Amino acid sequence: MSGERWKAAALPVALLVALEIGARASGIQSDALAPPSAVAVALAEAFADGSIIGATRDTLASAFAGLLLGGAVGLALGIALGIFQPFDRLMEVTIEALRPIPSIALLPIALIALGFGYRMEIVIVAFACVWPILILSRAAVRSIEPRLIEVSRALKLSPGDRVRKIIVPAALPRIFLAFRLAAGIALIVAVTVEIAINPIGLGASIMTAQQALRPDLMLAYLVWIGLIGYALNAGLVVAQKHLFGPAALAGEAR
Amino acid sequence: MNPALLMWRAASFLVAAGFVGLWQLVANLKLVSPVFLPGPDRAWASLVRGFTSGDLLAKTIGTLEHMAYGWLLASIVGIALGAMIGSSKAMRSYVAPSLEFLRPLPVSAIIPVAIALFGLTQGMALFVIAFGAIWPMLLATVHGFAAVEPRLYEVARSLHMSRLAVIFKIALPSASPDIISGMRLSLTVALILAVVCEILAGLDGLGYWVLLSARAFRSADLFAGVILLGAIGYVTAQAMSMVEQRLLRWRTSGH
Repeated sequence: MSGERWKAAALPVALLVALEIGARASGIQSDALAPPSAVAVALAEAFADGSIIGATRDTLASAFAGLLLGGAVGLALGIALGIFQPFDRLMEVTIEALRPIPSIALLPIALIALGFGYRMEIVIVAFACVWPILILSRAAVRSIEPRLIEVSRALKLSPGDRVRKIIVPAALPRIFLAFRLAAGIALIVAVTVEIAINPIGLGASIMTAQQALRPDLMLAYLVWIGLIGYALNAGLVVAQKHLFGPAALAGEAR
Repeated sequence: MNPALLMWRAASFLVAAGFVGLWQLVANLKLVSPVFLPGPDRAWASLVRGFTSGDLLAKTIGTLEHMAYGWLLASIVGIALGAMIGSSKAMRSYVAPSLEFLRPLPVSAIIPVAIALFGLTQGMALFVIAFGAIWPMLLATVHGFAAVEPRLYEVARSLHMSRLAVIFKIALPSASPDIISGMRLSLTVALILAVVCEILAGLDGLGYWVLLSARAFRSADLFAGVILLGAIGYVTAQAMSMVEQRLLRWRTSGH
């Protein structure tokens, strides 16, 4: 196992060392590249003056607010579509017409309707998060063991109880998986909106660093955004294993 | 298609038409300011005008070009790199963990780096789109190669097949479903990044066009552009799944 770990670390370490030596030896001034040591210093400075913490908070707050909003809509629709087959068939064309709209295309609409700031970003993130959660929770509800539904009928549960006591618990592992995928999408969309236009958060900070010709700071933000993406995914995978056991990860679509 | 299914389909179209009607009603009653929400009639008129007398067709082609070039470049490089990494066990254990580490990186974060390297140019857009679109294909290829039935490799060894022959005759066909679903995922990524790059760099395409329309508060043009972008997303995804069915027919018909 530790041998595998060494092999996994070999490539990134070699690349970092090569970059460092290359940058120091050539001594070129570049607007795009900086030696890794300078990047590390820039990252530490950004932490020291607190700018990166504020930007991270803005980005994560928008991403999670959008995820919750889009997730709630997607989950409600997904469960409803999964339970009532006729409803699903009636909504099919509408959903298939809205789904392929790239979330970022809504940016100009959100911009004129809501202006710059959190609200516009949250709406776009929410739109992007609705679809994966809708599709996956619909599939999760449909794949519930039919006997459970029969039991709920035999017990004469009310529709509300049926959803709360039978359907949601049975579909929960796959719904959590949907939320995990959507959380990744939420972060990507939030950063993209910030890079494209919205002057808050990590995306705006990395653009500012680029325009200020600070490649070290720009790359520091890039590394930090990558770390957040990795930590978010890894944390949710751990939570998923912990909550639902390794079986929950087994049948996952890549 | 059986009649019952056809009926449902028709009803489903009616529901969608009902939503468009509702949109028209909201616009007509001016429940939302027409500055933000044009009616479907105005969006449609703008769409028709854009295609007959304006340059909407050129913008659409511009976006499709950005998307296609980046996606094709990513496909070629992604599958070639993936084959190289996936077909060797040593390469897999050295390189695959780094790839897995990079996968959750929000790809748009590479845009500032690309701007610093290439400036606000077509080259920047090509690089960003290709970089973003490469991941699903690269990882799918690596994974598909790793998941090849081991006995097939044993057969190849006993037949003394060369490494290239193994890649083209065994690994690629066996990994093709993974690769093609990666290519489909990449199409969506390519469209989104094409729009973002056009917005940032002012490149000729629908992304920049919708932004200009928004800035000038020409909401009908803006909605026309968004509808077109949705149509591009829909058509390319449909085309890809048709190609998928055709290419993978041998898998379902055989065996």
